[in-house]
Amino acid sequence: MKYADEFRDKELATGLARAIRAKADPARAYRFMEFCGGHTHAIARYGLEDMLPDNVRMIHGPGCPVCVLPAGRIDMATALAERAEVILCVYGDLMRVPGSRGSSLLKAKARGADVRMVYSTLDAIALAEQNPGREVVFFAIGFETTTPPTAVMIRAAEKKQLSNFTVFCNHVLTPPAMRAILDSDDTVEIDGFVGPAHVSTVIGTEPYAPFARDDGKPVVIAGFEPLDMMQAILMLIEQVNDGRHEVENQYRRAVTASGNQRAIREVAEIFELRDQFEWRGLGSIPASALKLRPAFAHLDAELRFAMSELVVADNPACECPAILRGLKKPVDCRLFGTACTPETPIGSCMVSSEGACAAHWTYGRFRDHQRRLAS
Amino acid sequence: MCLAIPAEVIKLLADDMAIVSIDGVSKEVSVALIEEIAVGDYVILHVGHALAKIDPEEARETLDLLRQMGEAVAEVRP
Ligand code: SF4
Repeated sequence: MKYADEFRDKELATGLARAIRAKADPARAYRFMEFCGGHTHAIARYGLEDMLPDNVRMIHGPGCPVCVLPAGRIDMATALAERAEVILCVYGDLMRVPGSRGSSLLKAKARGADVRMVYSTLDAIALAEQNPGREVVFFAIGFETTTPPTAVMIRAAEKKQLSNFTVFCNHVLTPPAMRAILDSDDTVEIDGFVGPAHVSTVIGTEPYAPFARDDGKPVVIAGFEPLDMMQAILMLIEQVNDGRHEVENQYRRAVTASGNQRAIREVAEIFELRDQFEWRGLGSIPASALKLRPAFAHLDAELRFAMSELVVADNPACECPAILRGLKKPVDCRLFGTACTPETPIGSCMVSSEGACAAHWTYGRFRDHQRRLAS
Repeated sequence: MCLAIPAEVIKLLADDMAIVSIDGVSKEVSVALIEEIAVGDYVILHVGHALAKIDPEEARETLDLLRQMGEAVAEVRP
């Protein structure tokens, strides 16, 4: 695949690994958080941790929209899907996310709820056109990457004057979550951030400036290929060594300083900030999520179906909250690989392939096993 | 969920839609979020929408830099 395979070259990766070893000062520790689940997935898939010296540690952050969606929002969606008139459209990852007491949209579907998996927001519009007698609701989730496609869908619904279409909006924002992590007393020390790739194609590099300027944390925006990650880690090590804290852009082939202005404009015209939003593992964060503006209230499922906010407690044995804040690793959870696997997820980190637990289950546990055999 | 992949635009369609090719597999996607788009451009594709264009010049420079970074160490520490 062009613009992917070139950034997976093994020889170049070996060279970069050598450069990282040469640059990393053995007298100090480097702890970098990759905010984004896509990076967590790449690190696990390509075994990047094995290429790093022991004093360079990657901390998996909360940047997976499925992992941070609280059980209460899943319960709200399930209740909606169980209404006879409703067709609920969801991205595939959402089907198995656990709500309260082990419920999920998949189980609701098995009981007869009309839940449809869609690949694109445009599929949801097509469903609404094909089913004029039903209420089609799109379960919108995701960070700044996924919000512009929802905006395009809302425009299309307006243009087609669809009266049977609404959106259950759960879009969340990256910078407030990074802020919550930095401001929490209950977080690991972080020496720098690997900034999100595709979120940044939309918002650009500017929104990360406060973390570099005010918090003294270097930020390097990185692509999702293994060489992108390795280069970003090297750039972070260099910043730490030089005592610099700047926003640097490794992913220049797709990210600019100001981002995708058209997408930003569309999102700003359609959405506004919520005062508060509950995140799984991070609690309630002010101004961290979006809802539809009053001009689009007729498309808001929460209003049309008078949905009330549900807050439910997570399974107390699940360590997702500590994992999302970098305090623990998947293997520190006693449910990991026993009660909780990708087939039977208990916490949300096991559901999406970008979740820390699922990534470790799929790729990391074999390495753990080999390491055990070797010792 | 947030994973997105590079795809080549092979045909522009009406209503801000386009046909893209992902390693030879073609798909109809929305290009409504892209300012100016032409056949032959590479885009980052996410949930059926092109999110950004890939700049071939920047991609080449990044690869050159990656090469230099590895080689610089090879020279210092053979
Ligand atoms: S293994 Fe399962 S239960 Fe444990 S932290 Fe991960 S997702 Fe939660």
